[in-house]
Amino acid sequence: MLDKIKEFASTFFVTGDPMIYGADVSIALATIGIVFVLTYFKKWGWLWKNWLTTVDHKKVGIMYILAAILMLFRGGVDALLMRLQLATPDVTLLHPEHYNQIFTTHGTIMILFMAMPLMFGLFNIAVPLQIGARDVAFPFLNALSFWLFFMGAMLFNLSFVIGGSPDAGWLSYPPLSELQFSPGVGQNFYIWGIQISGIGSLATGINFIVTIIKMRAPGMTWMKMPVFTWSVFSSCVIIIFAFPILTITLALLFLDRFGGGHFFTLDFGGNPMMYINLIWMWGHPEVYIVVIPAFGIYSEVISVFSKKKLFGYKSMVYAMFMIAILSFFTWAHHFFTMGSGADVNAFFAISTMVIAIPTGVKVFNWLFTMYRGKITFKTPMMWAIAFIPNFLIAGLTGVMLSVAPADFQFHNSYFLVAHFHSALIGGVVFGYLAGLYYWWPKMFGFTLPETPGKWAFWFWNIGFYVCFIPQYSLGLMGMTRRLSTYGWDTGWQPLNLVSTVGAFLMGIGFLFQVLQILLGIKNFRKLKDTTGDPWDGHTLEWSIPSPAPEYNFATIPQVEERDDWWAEKDKRAKGIFRKQPPIEAIHMPKNSAIPFIMSVFFFIAGFGFVFGWSFFYIPGLIGVAICMICRSFFSYDGDYYIPADEVKRTEAAIRGSV
Amino acid sequence: MNKKPKAIIALVLTVLTVALLIWTCFYAGGKYVVFDPKGPIGQAQKELIILSTSMAALLIVPVMILTFFIIWRYRDAPDNKAKYEPHWDDSKKLETVWWSIPIVVILILAVITARYTYLLEPSKPMASTQKPVTIQVTALDWKWLFMYPEEGIATVNEIHIPKGVPVRFELTADAPMNSFWIPQLGGQIYTMSGMAMKLHLQADQEGTYFGSGANFSGEHFGQMRFDVEVQSDEDYKNWVANIKKQSKPLTKDGYLALAKPGLSQTDEYSSIPDGLFQDIVTKYVVEGAPNPHGGHGGASTEGSSKSGSTDTGTMSNMNMSGHN
Repeated sequence: MLDKIKEFASTFFVTGDPMIYGADVSIALATIGIVFVLTYFKKWGWLWKNWLTTVDHKKVGIMYILAAILMLFRGGVDALLMRLQLATPDVTLLHPEHYNQIFTTHGTIMILFMAMPLMFGLFNIAVPLQIGARDVAFPFLNALSFWLFFMGAMLFNLSFVIGGSPDAGWLSYPPLSELQFSPGVGQNFYIWGIQISGIGSLATGINFIVTIIKMRAPGMTWMKMPVFTWSVFSSCVIIIFAFPILTITLALLFLDRFGGGHFFTLDFGGNPMMYINLIWMWGHPEVYIVVIPAFGIYSEVISVFSKKKLFGYKSMVYAMFMIAILSFFTWAHHFFTMGSGADVNAFFAISTMVIAIPTGVKVFNWLFTMYRGKITFKTPMMWAIAFIPNFLIAGLTGVMLSVAPADFQFHNSYFLVAHFHSALIGGVVFGYLAGLYYWWPKMFGFTLPETPGKWAFWFWNIGFYVCFIPQYSLGLMGMTRRLSTYGWDTGWQPLNLVSTVGAFLMGIGFLFQVLQILLGIKNFRKLKDTTGDPWDGHTLEWSIPSPAPEYNFATIPQVEERDDWWAEKDKRAKGIFRKQPPIEAIHMPKNSAIPFIMSVFFFIAGFGFVFGWSFFYIPGLIGVAICMICRSFFSYDGDYYIPADEVKRTEAAIRGSV
Repeated sequence: MNKKPKAIIALVLTVLTVALLIWTCFYAGGKYVVFDPKGPIGQAQKELIILSTSMAALLIVPVMILTFFIIWRYRDAPDNKAKYEPHWDDSKKLETVWWSIPIVVILILAVITARYTYLLEPSKPMASTQKPVTIQVTALDWKWLFMYPEEGIATVNEIHIPKGVPVRFELTADAPMNSFWIPQLGGQIYTMSGMAMKLHLQADQEGTYFGSGANFSGEHFGQMRFDVEVQSDEDYKNWVANIKKQSKPLTKDGYLALAKPGLSQTDEYSSIPDGLFQDIVTKYVVEGAPNPHGGHGGASTEGSSKSGSTDTGTMSNMNMSGHN
């Protein structure tokens, strides 16, 4: 009996690596610490009422961002471990198997559990405020989306200490990801972690499309909508077409592994190529899902900090939509070298290049937004400016990669690794950081201190180039991606060492950002944003106090212009004041515990499926079903009214303190 | 606060970083194998890379300079007298210009790409008066098996080819897919179970070239490297004769042992079992069913449909791990 328990424990818990024991200890300590602090300060009720059950889009947004930053840390540590391993030949810091797990989780976490939630966080913070709405279209669904993402991410991360991490690459190509070559539970964690959070992503996509279509303030026609909202709309359109593909693909892979299916195995007529096509039909649009909102942020930030209107607004909108549509015609460029033949390769090469056209137009529009402007270099603007040369390099190398016959030499090499990191860090992460700095005061009511932010900026930027420029060279020297180690005879050592140094510089940049946030919290009284409009903003979110009250707008604004708030400020300066409608009672959604509880059941079910334990997944699924039934049939009083008097009191309190 | 010292620090840091990067990328060891081709395919790819890069750079470098100029010219500084027009946000003329520039560039690039795509299609035989050498490549866990059907020999993790003779690679895998890459001779192609891909390359200079697996295939994927020895015709013939004389034969059992996951040194075999490559390719063909990959462009070996169906029976026994 004891032996059996021992044997079970040794396969259930990941053992044998000091790093994993370290993780075990730190997870245990962090958990004990959190429980202790919450109990000691009697904060359990506060946590439950204000956060775990909230349906307020602003709080959901903040939770998304917190989780994303946590995941950025985890993914970043993975990256640094990999770079340490590759700094010089024959390093034995990581066993090849462990290395494979780390690059797999690094990729998956950074795309799905860092970029996506950071993006959803910014959607949640900014979109309802930009369109003059009091909430998203489906607040309950919004909270559910967050908790599904969170539980999916936690399930995925759990694999590090329980059962073992996936190690077949972040896209898990079969046959490597099939039972025959990956018999452990790692792949199951991959499938269920992504699947659960993917449901949340799809729901968010639907939610924001409906929000943008139905909830814009009166007068805000499509062509008066803020450009970030447009970018969110384009991105969500891609989500609703791309994510169902991912869901089905993962479900089929799960059936292969769990139910003895043969969709993607070679025997019994299955075909791994099918998986590769499907995963990239989601995977390539996914890149544009995350980058288009970043384009929206750059447009907002560049125009605000140049004190100018965005140049070529309509072009920008058309360009974003063109990119969204074209993103579905490029997936085969991920396997030019798979022998599809010249016809297919030529088609996908050209359709990939065509994306460079709208993207190029956007760059020109940003430049001419700054042209004849007054550029101030606050941290959000610095990130936006740093993005441009960066993205030009990513674009150049992207065009190089899209030339199919030349791609035969770049494919799977470090050149490719450098390219997509340029696009994803320089394009996406820089954008979200700009957005985070830009909307920070709207979220928390104070601006972040600039000095540590600038240090962070320079460390990040210099580190970025030092890390990735050598990788282009390494690719041309024949170094392939996902190598766990290499020999001295290759001559790759100096460049790899430089690249590792760059990665650590970025790590220091991240630490400066943590410091910046801590200093901001410490001095928040001094940094308080009393105006609600610290950057002289153009759009509606800056017309209300920071942080926004629960109901966002005391009275729904009447929109007349594209940059309505900017135009309004102009008019006010001239002494023309709009007549404010009277304050009325405000209809709001009530908090609900169902999203959280239902996601916990999803987690339990997912965990059961990972190990194939019916005594976990059956109760889990039943729990999910009960939550759905409760929501559908028994929760009728999901809303309430904030009385007009209370709104007046709140408004007076916030605005009175100015 | 005085802004100037800060600007100087930033400038110095930038210059230092750029200098460091240029130094490491050009002088610190390593060989740019992609830019040092030793055969016509690699040469054509190098030319194409340079051509497409310069085309894209033609657009991007001026934009880069324009970016720095605009940011400098319109910075908000007290002594900056640049024109400020907050409401100037539309110019049909300018927008027409920058919609059309990328369109023209991409149009030209698209034509070039399409031409080269057909020209360099890897399954297309090379124009040559010489009779090509055929090498059948099998990616295994985690080693490469190379069979020379005409010479009747096989090697593991090493390739010898004669100089100036086209080589016709037929590629498959008996393990998770990999990618076969010899950068100095030309681009890579995937190796996949159940398919026989084709890749035509040629080496025009004697020497030892670096080759590797490029697509992640599991635990020891990083060690799937091999050397390509390009020799004179005479040396090549001697090498073949030597192997015929000195090495052991590769048997079916020997293959099964080799195909088990694990690493391997270089090795040579004096003979190969009949139809082994064909057997590996058709391993998964279900009897009576049409080959699912039969219609895949350039992916089937000549005669595969004939020998494939007859050998399938023996192959199902050879499938060591079976399906799960």
